[in-house]
Amino acid sequence: MKDILKIGDKEFTSRFFVGTGKFPDKSLIREVLEASGSELVTVALRRVDVDSKDENILDHIPEECTLMTNTSGARTADEAVRIAHLARAMGCGDWIKIEVINDSKYLFPDNEETIKATQVLVEEGFTVLPYMVPDLVAARKMEKAGAAAIMPLGSAIGSNRGFRTEEIVKIMVKEIGVPVVVDAGIGSPSEAARCMEIGCGAVLVNTALATAGDPVSLAEAFSMAIDAGRKAYLSDIAPAIKEASASSPLTGFLTNEE
Amino acid sequence: MILKINGQDQSIETETKLIDLISSKNLNCDRIVIEHNHRIIPRERWQEVFLKEGDNLEIVSFVGGG
Repeated sequence: MKDILKIGDKEFTSRFFVGTGKFPDKSLIREVLEASGSELVTVALRRVDVDSKDENILDHIPEECTLMTNTSGARTADEAVRIAHLARAMGCGDWIKIEVINDSKYLFPDNEETIKATQVLVEEGFTVLPYMVPDLVAARKMEKAGAAAIMPLGSAIGSNRGFRTEEIVKIMVKEIGVPVVVDAGIGSPSEAARCMEIGCGAVLVNTALATAGDPVSLAEAFSMAIDAGRKAYLSDIAPAIKEASASSPLTGFLTNEE
Repeated sequence: MILKINGQDQSIETETKLIDLISSKNLNCDRIVIEHNHRIIPRERWQEVFLKEGDNLEIVSFVGGG
């Protein structure tokens, strides 16, 4: 049976979501996305510089990818809703990653405002994926509000510090009915594999790719690691134990007298 | 007359239509969204909107983001 990830009304075979920010050379993005096999790609909305000709990010994203606009720049639920409306008016679907940040040092999202924005946007028919600080209670409220998936951070945005929130995310995976997608902080494929091993639905990576020496090769490595981690999860790994347990039989030794 | 475009004061001729402002700036119509005084104006209505002194325009487009 095919292993399909369902979010909202879409089905994905790839569990690797990719962000398009921070790439020094935009022409790399298409190659990275192709190497990643990703079917869900994030973009942001910004004011146009009316006096300079910026190249458009959409030119670098394969058409078959689902586009998800983040609400970066929003400091409140109202601002996130406003950005979501602008994104929908762009005519590229209504998938929204809610990102409400008013902490400028650690860039932690504001869960309370994020819950409010989730309620409003779900009501308006958006497919909503809230980015959040891992917290079971907040995640439950987002799920109840109709979030299509919940996206807890692995560590601070752009830090490449890895999956530091594993204990809490593990609990969320157990308790939340929609897919849990680790977003932010994942710096290397082994960390992404770990997210998948514990049952996360997908992993979203941006900075690790954009800042790598060879982003295309790393995208491939992430893709393999995410597949491996997912396969391991589906294989029902036995839990760790405290003592040793011999792998070879403990009887029939050659030196046995009997 | 003066209006605000993306937070900056800009001087334009009176009686300018939104559509004319957009074409004068060489912006790709398919790739932008415009908020006029905090209301999104659908593309097909850009030619109906006359800009007025003190109007506030936000013109946005997609950029790379995580």
